[in-house]
Amino acid sequence: MQTVFTFANAQSKRSVLSLTLVYLLLITASALTILPLLVIFIGSFKTGAEFNTTGAFDLPAVWIFDNYRTAFLRGKMALGFFNTFILIAGACAGSILTGTMASYALHRFEFRGRAFIKNIFLWIVLIPSTTAQVSRFQIVNALGLYNTRAVGIILAMGTDIMAIYIYLQFLESISRSLDESAILDGAGYFRVYWQIVMPLLKPATVTVLIIKAIGMYNDFYTPFLYMPKQSLQVISTALFKFKGPYGSHWEIICAGIMIAVLPTLVLFLALQKQIYSGLVQGAVKQ
Amino acid sequence: MKRFSQLTYARQQRVVAAVFLAVPLALVAIFGYLPFFSMIEYSFLRWDGLSSKEFIGLANYVDALTRVENFRVFFVSLYYFGASFIQLGLALFFATVLSFKVKGHSFFKGVLFFPNLINGVAIGLVFLYFYKDTGTLNTFLKLLGIDSDVLWLTNPSLVNYSIAATSVWRYMGYNMVMFLGAIQSIPSDIYEAAEIDGANKWQIFWRIIFLSILPIIELMVILSITGSLSVFETPYIMTGGGNGSETFVIRTVNTAFSFNKFGLASAMAMILTAIVLTVTFVQKKIFKER
Repeated sequence: MQTVFTFANAQSKRSVLSLTLVYLLLITASALTILPLLVIFIGSFKTGAEFNTTGAFDLPAVWIFDNYRTAFLRGKMALGFFNTFILIAGACAGSILTGTMASYALHRFEFRGRAFIKNIFLWIVLIPSTTAQVSRFQIVNALGLYNTRAVGIILAMGTDIMAIYIYLQFLESISRSLDESAILDGAGYFRVYWQIVMPLLKPATVTVLIIKAIGMYNDFYTPFLYMPKQSLQVISTALFKFKGPYGSHWEIICAGIMIAVLPTLVLFLALQKQIYSGLVQGAVKQ
Repeated sequence: MKRFSQLTYARQQRVVAAVFLAVPLALVAIFGYLPFFSMIEYSFLRWDGLSSKEFIGLANYVDALTRVENFRVFFVSLYYFGASFIQLGLALFFATVLSFKVKGHSFFKGVLFFPNLINGVAIGLVFLYFYKDTGTLNTFLKLLGIDSDVLWLTNPSLVNYSIAATSVWRYMGYNMVMFLGAIQSIPSDIYEAAEIDGANKWQIFWRIIFLSILPIIELMVILSITGSLSVFETPYIMTGGGNGSETFVIRTVNTAFSFNKFGLASAMAMILTAIVLTVTFVQKKIFKER
């Protein structure tokens, strides 16, 4: 809820002054946030020679798109987008399915060990994830999952149980009477899960989808460690490779960065509200 | 044999629960807990990941905690811990400001928050250029009339400030959105009452806003302790841990995957886990007492 208190309520010279200061600070902070990205945007349209001879803030003489073509083709970014998409789709489908099933069982059923099982899912977040790779690597290797797309999907499902939290929380707000009366009417538990609980959880599923997709699009270390094969590169690892061979071609790197950031920007502009509320919900687990 | 639908409800529930929980439990056991327990085992071994394992007792822990190269990296966390206060301060300030009716509210919120959504590798590259000798920062300083050719990422006494600042740029908006959500859930009649009583903005901030969201601020401060010990991605992408920017997690990962010392790396990982668990336990304890 938006507060009704406004700066305009107090009409004094001092408040006009402080209002100006507030806008000045907001504009400065926004400018400082945009500046590093703006320079990359400008640079991505310069020729190589131009990039090296002109200043960071100088606009290109002619806006060229060649760097984008080079970055996209040589960096094999189409492949990166493809693999990223497969991983996101697989992990989202998996997390939604296992998340809804697990939370439905944990929230609505009575059985021995229920509290303990719930805790198993809660406690896992306490183990620092990056350092756990030291021994997780051996297991992935032993299971023959190294250098497969499956490892990206399975690890995103198995070690990130954020979906279960969100669904458990959401089930609190759904009345039991709906699914209970369906049972009394003779529907089986599987049918209740699929035809009643699943559809009711749709708003939570949107949240899970958004958080998961953003998280996986940005994930670097899992694909870097477990999927080093070039044909399995995702956007993060494709972009990371620009550091080496293009180290002296910043105009290409700039174009690569822009290509990677653009989908995020579009998604953010389209789904701002859901992203904000999704992140707040996803953070409640802490 | 009875058909499934002829079982009692309690029986049916048990069966369905077993089916529904099997996959997520198996996944979390194999990829979550099994690595943790084998990490405990590895931490007592000398092992390169391939040849036979040799039990060496607590030697890895002693090594991790006494050799200067190993525990020196803990001090790098202090830069990030310090930066997190700047980050939380800025976030609190902008959240408060944006909770009032300012023009362009959602534009400012969006701009300040957006870095949080950007791919970490992209951010690493953006700031590699930002700090480059002829990059954004030095060019900007020249524009202001300061002749600067500082090497922000090569100079060991600057590198951690530079990367920690990147981290503030990246995460400040996240804290801001969290604070903003909390501030906006304060009932508006409290403000109205305060205004009628003649409270000024400063008083409204400290007595109403700050006190209402104090639990969240405390939580964020505690999380920044574990967060600053777990810093990995930004410095790893930008410098690979070079020039004195190596963090505890970078060192752990390099010990395992570059130097193949899985025993020592596991001991380091256990130490970090122990610290995180202790901090979380203390935090839960404090919050429960309220």
